[in-house]
Order: sequence, then structure tokens, then C-alpha cells
Amino acid sequence: MLEVAVRHRFAGFGLDVDFAAPAGVTVLFGRSGSGKTSVVNAVAGLLRADGARVVVGGVDVSGLPAHRRRIGYVFQDARLFPHLTVRQNIGYGRWFAGGAGDLGAVADLLGLTGLLDRRTAALSGGEAARVAIGRALLAAPRLLLMDEPLAALDAPRKAEILPYLERLRDEVRVPILYVSHALSEVARLATTLVVLDQGRVQRAGPLAEVLADPSLAPILGLREAGAVISARVSVQEADGLTRAETAGGPLFLPRVAAEVGTVLRLRIPAQDVILSRERPVGLSALNILHCEIVSLRFGDGPGALVQLRLGPELLLARITRRSAEALGLEPGMACCAILKSVAVAPGDIGV
Amino acid sequence: MTFDLDPQDWQAVALSLRVSVWATVLSLPLGIAVAWVLARKRFWGHGLLNGLVHLPLILPPVVTGYLLLLTFGRRGMVGGFLEQTFGLVFAFRWTGAALAAAVMAFPLMVRAIRLAIEAVDPKLEQAASTLGASPVWVFLTVTLPLILPGVVVGAILAFAKAMGEFGATITFVSNIPGQTQTLPSAIYALLQVPGGDAAAGRLVVISVAIAMVALLLSEVISRAVARRIAGR
Repeated sequence: MLEVAVRHRFAGFGLDVDFAAPAGVTVLFGRSGSGKTSVVNAVAGLLRADGARVVVGGVDVSGLPAHRRRIGYVFQDARLFPHLTVRQNIGYGRWFAGGAGDLGAVADLLGLTGLLDRRTAALSGGEAARVAIGRALLAAPRLLLMDEPLAALDAPRKAEILPYLERLRDEVRVPILYVSHALSEVARLATTLVVLDQGRVQRAGPLAEVLADPSLAPILGLREAGAVISARVSVQEADGLTRAETAGGPLFLPRVAAEVGTVLRLRIPAQDVILSRERPVGLSALNILHCEIVSLRFGDGPGALVQLRLGPELLLARITRRSAEALGLEPGMACCAILKSVAVAPGDIGV
Repeated sequence: MTFDLDPQDWQAVALSLRVSVWATVLSLPLGIAVAWVLARKRFWGHGLLNGLVHLPLILPPVVTGYLLLLTFGRRGMVGGFLEQTFGLVFAFRWTGAALAAAVMAFPLMVRAIRLAIEAVDPKLEQAASTLGASPVWVFLTVTLPLILPGVVVGAILAFAKAMGEFGATITFVSNIPGQTQTLPSAIYALLQVPGGDAAAGRLVVISVAIAMVALLLSEVISRAVARRIAGR
């Protein structure tokens, strides 16, 4: 359980943020300049804000200096100590925490075992990021802050780190406050999503709920808008497809290496969803979900965002205003959402 | 020119080394502290402290020596107190020569260390504090190791300056053989008497040799330390 309230006046910019989140990964999402880094710096105790209240797992750390908060921080630039080896870097915080953490286990978890005797100057960007994570973990933190730890990395390095972050979430179970401006990272990791805009919280809540809110699309970016739904792997088909069941019917995905029964997290970009009032016939698209229209939202342009319900879950579709009017779409109406099967990008399949 | 030094010459060499080593070693902690304060803290009086530290660099050494005499002489405010309380006497003793050398060398030492501290990324120190290190531990485990090359350079510079100090020393503690007659004072004294040039020449050679060794040593040490820190 995490409670954060930060108030601070910068020259020409006011920060007034207040949110609470359950255990798991809380993603602080916003454009650059929205105040994300200032919030985590205040949580860490590095920024002395005009007013700050930080409660982690029932412990109010607001009055403590940074070194007594036990809040780990993985910086965007790894900030490894250049005069120490990888082993000494990882062990640095453990020493102050009383030497309890298992260095070998953390090195194992993050794939650092072979790097322990290296100097930090010899590490690649991805390796340095993993060392920084290990170092923060071994300080036995109550909370782990991550300020866009992947932002400085190229796509292959990102793909290298993401699985480690997921293991962190699922195995170590330390609460994480993760700063990001990339939705693909968010959809894989987040339990809770806090959307920040111009120093204010626009919305905070469970990931799927926030992502499916059409009113947030302008902040998230229209191209990036899209909901997250869950699907349970039911059959690995002989033709290389994986069949997964959603609340609105089956989906057929390019082979997902997961056992039958696994629940997948799928991100469906709003612009990859086509709506039809009746179940279409003679169509090459395989993925047709039955849903009900919850709301329609028209912006200033020619577009419209349609929020759909399938069972307990929400989906977002971006269509033109013209087709919304031509189809006579209205809240409460049943319709079919057609997803091109490529719309479920492998990078967005969080396991 | 034969290279036979009489005992009095050796005395000057030994005294100079003793004075310079003590001056350097004892002022180093204070030098690091002052450099850190000047580099990292902004406070009322920052400019004043900075000016005070650099004063000996700008003042004529004779003036510095005279001010030391006024302050640390047996009848000076600080000097009288130190003598009564700790029995520590500076006036006309080798300890006074060490004090004069330390004061004259202090600005050079502080400058070198301050530059090194300013080159350390405060973000590394922030990272250390989020890992549980208190400010003192951050300094000891992160800042100090990273500024070590600068500390070495500052110490060697101070040592060299102390070896060469003349004006303030001779004003403060005079030129007493075996007590306050350092290498430069000895050379000066020899040049004042007829037939002293040969002996003075030998001391000059020794001065040059010591300076060269100190410079080479600083080069080697700071390069080795820098290599270790850069993680190569």
C-alpha cells in the first residue's frame, strides 16, 4: 500500500499530486515536463518539497532524510559508482541495510553472476541498468522507485530488461513506483496507473480501467490510446496460432509460448479496432469479439472514441465520427469489435 | 665542485623536509573540509571564507609572516593562548616554520581539491544516500575515493610550496640554523657571506632534485589512482 501527496512550487510550475495505490507496480505516466521525476525525487527524499506525505506499507517516511527512508531508486542514468566493481556496487546498499540480502540470489535473478568482478566502465547499457536494479534491491527497500530505467536503452536492450522487471514484480514482490512515458512498457508492468499532466493527477486507478477511459486519450496520445484485456490460453492450434478466451469470445494469436491456462495481458490499440453492428461474414479477420457500447466520445477532429464492454472488461475503439453516425452507434447497443490478428503485437503480450 | 655537504647543510635539508611533511599532512584534513564546504555549500560568508583562504596567495609573504607573528607570536592572541594551554610555541621554532609553510601552501591545496570535488557528479552522492548511506558515509565511500587524484595533486603542490617557502617563514620565525633555517633560508644565508656560493650551489641542486622527484611522484600516483577510479 502506497500513499503519496506532494506539493511544490517551482519557478513557473506548480506540482500538486495526490494518489494512493495497492501493492504491485504503480506506473506514474505523463509527458516530459509533467512532473513525474519531481514526484519520485520527493518520495525518495532527494527533493525537499514544500509539502510531502509518503506512506509506504503503513510507515510514514515523510519526516526522514533520504538515507533513512529505505526507498530504493533506480535512476534513468544508472549512476553506478565508477570506483567500485559490479559486486561492490551491488553490495553497497546491502552493507547499510545490515548485510541481510542474498547477493548471489539477486545476481542470479538479474543475470549478473558472470559480471560480478567487472568494473562498471566495461558494462553495456543494459547490463548497467540491471546492476543498478540489483544494487537498489539489496538495500532491502520498502519501495523501489524506477525513473524510466529503460529510456536510455535501444529496443533490443529494452526487450532484454523487461523480463527481469516482470520477475521482480512477480517474484520479489517489492512494491514498485515506475515512471514512464512509453505505453508499451506500462501495459506490460503496471497494476495501477497514475496519469500525470501539468503537475496534477488526471486519473489514478487499475491499469485496465484507466487505459480504457476515452477522456484520457488526448493525454495518452491518440495513436497510443488502447485498452488492456486479459485472455486465457485454451488451445495451441496445429497451424501455429494460439487460441485464447476472452470475455467477448476467442482470440487467435500468433503462437504464444505459454502453457494452456496461462492468463495473458493483451494491449489492443484503439486504432486497430473496427466496429460492426452485425457479425460480419466473408471477412479475413479472425478475431471478432462481441461487446456492448458503453460510451462515445467525439473530439474536435473527425475522430471518435468508442468505449466497449466485454463482460467485466473494457475495450477502446477509434473510428471516424462519420462512421459512428452512419452506423447510428449509441450507448447500450450490442456490436462486434474486429481486431486484425496483427493488432496484438508480441511486444505487448505481457505474461 | 665536490659534493660534500657539511652537517649544517644536511640539517637544512632535513629540517625543510620535516617542516614540509608536517605542514602538508596536518593541513590536509582541514584543506579537504574547506574545499568541500566551498564546493558544495552556499551560505552567507562563502565569499569571505574563499577570500580568507586565498589571502596568502595574494599578500606579500612578508605581510603574511608578520601577521602570523602578531597572531601566533608569544604575545599574540592565539600564540599566547596556545602556549599557556598546550605549551605549544610557534615563535622562532620549527613548528612556526611548519605553520608558515602550511598557511602559504593552503590556497594551492584547497584549489586543487575543490576542483576535484566540483568534478564529482552530485547524482552519485544522491544515489548513495538512497542506498542508506548517511552524509558522512557518502563522503567517505563515494566522494573521497573519487577525489583522491585531486587530493594527491593538492598535497604534492602544497608540499612543493612548503619546501620553497621563504618570505613568511623568515619574517615569522627568523633564520636560526638547526631550528628554523630551511633550505631557502640556508641558501639565502650562504649567499650573504663571501665564499658561500659553492655551498649554496649544492643546496640549489638538492632543491631542484627534491622538486623533480615530487613532481614525478605526483604524476605517477595521480595517474595510478585515476586509472583505478575510472574502473579500467
